[in-house]
Amino acid sequence: MAKGRVSFFYDSCKACGLCVHFCPKDILDFDEDTINPMGFHPVVIVKPEECTGCAICALMCPDLVIEVEKG
Amino acid sequence: MATVFKRPESLTDAKFHYCPGCTHGIIHRLVAECLDEMNIREKAVGICPVGCSVLAYEYFNCDMLEAAHGRAPAIATAIKRLKPDCFLFTYQGDGDLASIGMGEIVHASARGEKISVFFINNTLYGMTGGQMAPTTLLGQVATTCPYGRKVENEGYPVKMAELLAGNEGSAYISRVAVNSPANVVKAKKAIKKAFETQAKGLGFSMVEILSTCPTNWGLNPVDAMKWMEDNMIPYYPLGEFKVKEGK
Amino acid sequence: MNKVLMKGNEALAEGAILAGCRGFFGYPITPSSEIAEYMARKLPKIGGIFVQAESELAAINMVYGGASTGTRVMTASSGPGLSLKQEGISFISEAELPCLIVNISRGGPGLGGIQPSQGDYFQATRGGGHGDYHTMVLAPASTQEMMDFAILGYELADRYRIPVVIMAEGTLGNLMEPVIVRDEVTNFVEKPWAISGCQGRKPNIVNTLHLTAEELEGRNRHLFSKYEDIQMNEKRAETFMVEDADIVVVAFGLLARVIKRSVIDARKHGVKAGLIRPMTLWPFPDEHIKAVTDTCKVILSMEISMGQMIQDIRLAAEGRVPVEFYGRIGFLPNPEELTREILAVAERKGL
Ligand SMILES: Cc1ncc(C[n+]2csc(CCOP(=O)(O)OP(=O)(O)O)c2C)c(N)n1
Ligand code: SF4
Ligand code: SF4
Ligand code: SF4
Ligand SMILES: [Mg+2]
Repeated sequence: MAKGRVSFFYDSCKACGLCVHFCPKDILDFDEDTINPMGFHPVVIVKPEECTGCAICALMCPDLVIEVEKG
Repeated sequence: MATVFKRPESLTDAKFHYCPGCTHGIIHRLVAECLDEMNIREKAVGICPVGCSVLAYEYFNCDMLEAAHGRAPAIATAIKRLKPDCFLFTYQGDGDLASIGMGEIVHASARGEKISVFFINNTLYGMTGGQMAPTTLLGQVATTCPYGRKVENEGYPVKMAELLAGNEGSAYISRVAVNSPANVVKAKKAIKKAFETQAKGLGFSMVEILSTCPTNWGLNPVDAMKWMEDNMIPYYPLGEFKVKEGK
Repeated sequence: MNKVLMKGNEALAEGAILAGCRGFFGYPITPSSEIAEYMARKLPKIGGIFVQAESELAAINMVYGGASTGTRVMTASSGPGLSLKQEGISFISEAELPCLIVNISRGGPGLGGIQPSQGDYFQATRGGGHGDYHTMVLAPASTQEMMDFAILGYELADRYRIPVVIMAEGTLGNLMEPVIVRDEVTNFVEKPWAISGCQGRKPNIVNTLHLTAEELEGRNRHLFSKYEDIQMNEKRAETFMVEDADIVVVAFGLLARVIKRSVIDARKHGVKAGLIRPMTLWPFPDEHIKAVTDTCKVILSMEISMGQMIQDIRLAAEGRVPVEFYGRIGFLPNPEELTREILAVAERKGL
């Protein structure tokens, strides 16, 4: 059972890659199969079970795409 | 599970217009989080500059004004004097604050105006397409110093935090960066300290925030963070330059 | 009635205070500095704010900020100072912030001189800065009007959400005359748009940026429909002996007062002269001009400049009568000189 849970407002993601780069667990990636209304491949979590809820991804996201829960 | 990270109330629902990975967005959020945490959104008055953040009045969920290029500190001065219970903040780029608005910022600081200034140093004019700013680093290429900034022609980059720290009216002056999670946390602390300085009526406060411009630097957002660390921080050292303690 | 001997600049400053002005932001320049000095003495004692700004650029932006709080605020300057303020006045006009801007005029161009002048007529009546806009412009002719127009200026500024400029020659600022001190203004309009922190309401935004063509055109149309209302309702002029006049002099400010005597003197010489004194330079009182084109034979524009208001007079006269010009630079001509000129024009025109 994962310690944390991240959810994404996909429409706001600009695929800048900062969350992908800074996630200590390296569990975020671009969803190459999806294109959001702004024309970007939004970020998804590839291994949700490994998320610690550290919120570093959200801390580094310039566009408030990510909400994080922990517990 | 408990929510540990969500959009602050002090931001509207509007999507930022900034380029992918531009750290203007991170800094907006940090300012908004501080307004939330200090519960001062309803007393806050923000003044946005002319620059990439010219539309910030659409993003902050509080009373907002849009200033002429460089004049935000003068506007903030009058509002704070007439409405001393309000929390005044300006959000200014390096062209706005350190070039055309140099007079206004130096004198607001010298007078010890009880306002908080967030100074976004991204080493160039983002909005107008990457021209040289007073903060452009030596050797750095910009569209108006296409062969790299040279001392003989363009002089030295201006260090605003150090300069304003020399003013007696300055109560809190620091420089932070948003290139790593640890630095983002520190940046938020500094922003909060600036607002606290204003709350205590100690005088002028400014946080210089080193920010990226991936678009005009010609780098991807991740490499831009690295460029900031390798090039900006050595010339613009981080830390607190002036801290007046309260009574 | 409470009559007090006052200088023009003091009367204006006192009028502003009576009208509720509680913020003054300025930068010293002759011959306007007395207003700042008066405000620096008075405002702190009545809960107002006085800030000597680092420049006129800062001063006018303090006015922008101050006016955005809904407080009655003002600045005063002259010549080069007014030039620097133009950027801010353009912003204030578009943001529709009411305020008072005083121009105790001096001669230009460049550093010019500190003598009286009306050479800022174009700057004041054409907007002065960038973009399509107008300020209202009041031209007092006496120390009493310096006080009264300050009060009127705030009333108009608030009613139309427009910056109001008071333009007076430096000589009028220094003129010492008895003034009836008016009552304190107690009626103020609501300003729901003002900036004060958004407690209990949605955030207010003061902004002049309009990126889409539709929005920008909409804003310009909005401003100009307001300007139409102002032109409809607020033109003001004093007329003197124009009913049977063959030659109508048009002049404003203190100069117009001097010309009153010349009009009487000209009549003693058998020339039927009259005077129109625009009290609002914008909106320009063109109907007053139009009204005399059926009865007079010539209009004479007298100005302390090389001829600026004459363009508005010609537009108003629509070619129905010739419009002549007499101007001096750097001083207020005496009544004898002006009478001589009126008589000379009359002779040239065979009156
Ligand atoms: C008086 C005036 N001069 C020039 C400009 C054009 N201009 C717009 S933004 C800008 C520079 C903005 O750069 P900066 O303050 O560094 O903000 P950034 O876009 O980098 O965040 C300039 C020169 C203007 N709007 N007004
Ligand atoms: S919360 Fe932490 S572990 Fe989970 S995705 Fe975000 S950065 Fe990675
Ligand atoms: S940091 Fe935000 S905008 Fe950038 S890729 Fe991640 S979720 Fe998308
Ligand atoms: S141009 Fe630069 S500063 Fe402006 S939004 Fe884009 S990345 Fe940010
Ligand atoms: Mg910049």
